Amino acid sequence: MHDPRRYRKFAAGTQPEYLHPAYVSSVKRAPTKPLILLPHTKTETTGPVFGHSLVTAADSDLTAQHSGEPLGERIIVSGRVLDEDGHGVPDSLVEVWQANAAGRYTHKVDQHGAPLDPNFSGCGRVVTDAEGRYRFVSIKPGAYPWGNHHNAWRPQHIHFSLFGAGLLTRLVTQMYFPGDPLLEFDPIYNSTADENARRRLVAKFDWTTTERSHALGYRFDIVLRGREQTPAEK
Amino acid sequence: MSSASQTVGPFFSIGLEHLNRNDLVVPGIAGTVVTIRGQILDGGRQPVPDAQLEIWQADAEGNYSENKCEAAGHSPAKFTGFARIFTDAEGRFAIRTIKPGSVRGIAGAGQAPHIAVFVFMRGLLKPLYTRIYFPGEAANDSDAVLSLVPADRKDTLIASVSEKTDSFEWNVMLQGPHETVFFEW
Ligand SMILES: [Fe+2]
Repeated sequence: MHDPRRYRKFAAGTQPEYLHPAYVSSVKRAPTKPLILLPHTKTETTGPVFGHSLVTAADSDLTAQHSGEPLGERIIVSGRVLDEDGHGVPDSLVEVWQANAAGRYTHKVDQHGAPLDPNFSGCGRVVTDAEGRYRFVSIKPGAYPWGNHHNAWRPQHIHFSLFGAGLLTRLVTQMYFPGDPLLEFDPIYNSTADENARRRLVAKFDWTTTERSHALGYRFDIVLRGREQTPAEK
Repeated sequence: MSSASQTVGPFFSIGLEHLNRNDLVVPGIAGTVVTIRGQILDGGRQPVPDAQLEIWQADAEGNYSENKCEAAGHSPAKFTGFARIFTDAEGRFAIRTIKPGSVRGIAGAGQAPHIAVFVFMRGLLKPLYTRIYFPGEAANDSDAVLSLVPADRKDTLIASVSEKTDSFEWNVMLQGPHETVFFEW
């Protein structure tokens, strides 16, 4: 018998719900009617393919995209993109975007009064290697205020977008920094009920990738949804 | 356990626009060229000007491409079936593509022609998944996915014919009486 659900169910509490009232923007944008459980067909088990030709060396070094160096604390973010069985996901496009060291995005809608940095655009991309590894050089983004509630501030974070092997491995997430005092107050970080799942969005400071006299290393592994085991594997 | 999803937030365009494409048609491609236009509206019936759609579709023979996607600004030589599109200030979007063929479905049964759509925006902590079907297709009646949808909501997944030839309209209603059907993917 053909199993119509080819990818695994998310463990309870490990993903946010669409409606999370503390995150005010979700109230008018989250669906209100019950979702329909989707059988996984060829449409969902296939997905777009991205080549290494899509990315250049400058795409993975956000400090080297302009004539001068951006202000801020230089960081190296690296890790592996894994599936739920712990296997590296090769050839996966990883896209990142972030605020500058002052907490400002190079985006026309960002009205935060902090300064722009002419030497920092805040976006990059890389394709994972055969073992699922990726690496970016950047600067530590600043915290920034937002309008969600009175005196609301987003913790320092880097946005990540990943594709994986098929449509159903699509993931957009955010990487946070260890020890950030704003995490406990952030409705987006706290939208995931499971504490362990939340903590896995916090990168680890990493001596092994910290480069002497150059940059602090942070390690951030990302796990994409895994395929259901076939009857033969069970 | 897979990593938790988080919203794309309001500023995603700086990181994601390099893959934007509103035209998937390549020279010499087989099939009927179609244009699909639509608008995204929120629960207050306000347009959503800061949404991103990602579409994935088969070619006219019903096959999914393994051709590599190229950056915006490059003209791909081959059909890829993938497009990333942002809504404009009025929440509108448009895509020019070819009508997909029938894709193999559950237990070998053919699926009605359809386009897969992921919707991303500030306020969505994880993307919404839905599908665009085409009007007047006999295969819509036997499609295994459409058949799971209550009869009175099916029309939210089926594009409507617009006045222009080979042009369709398909809107995304995030909430309300005509809320688009979204799938637990
Ligand atoms: Fe952000």
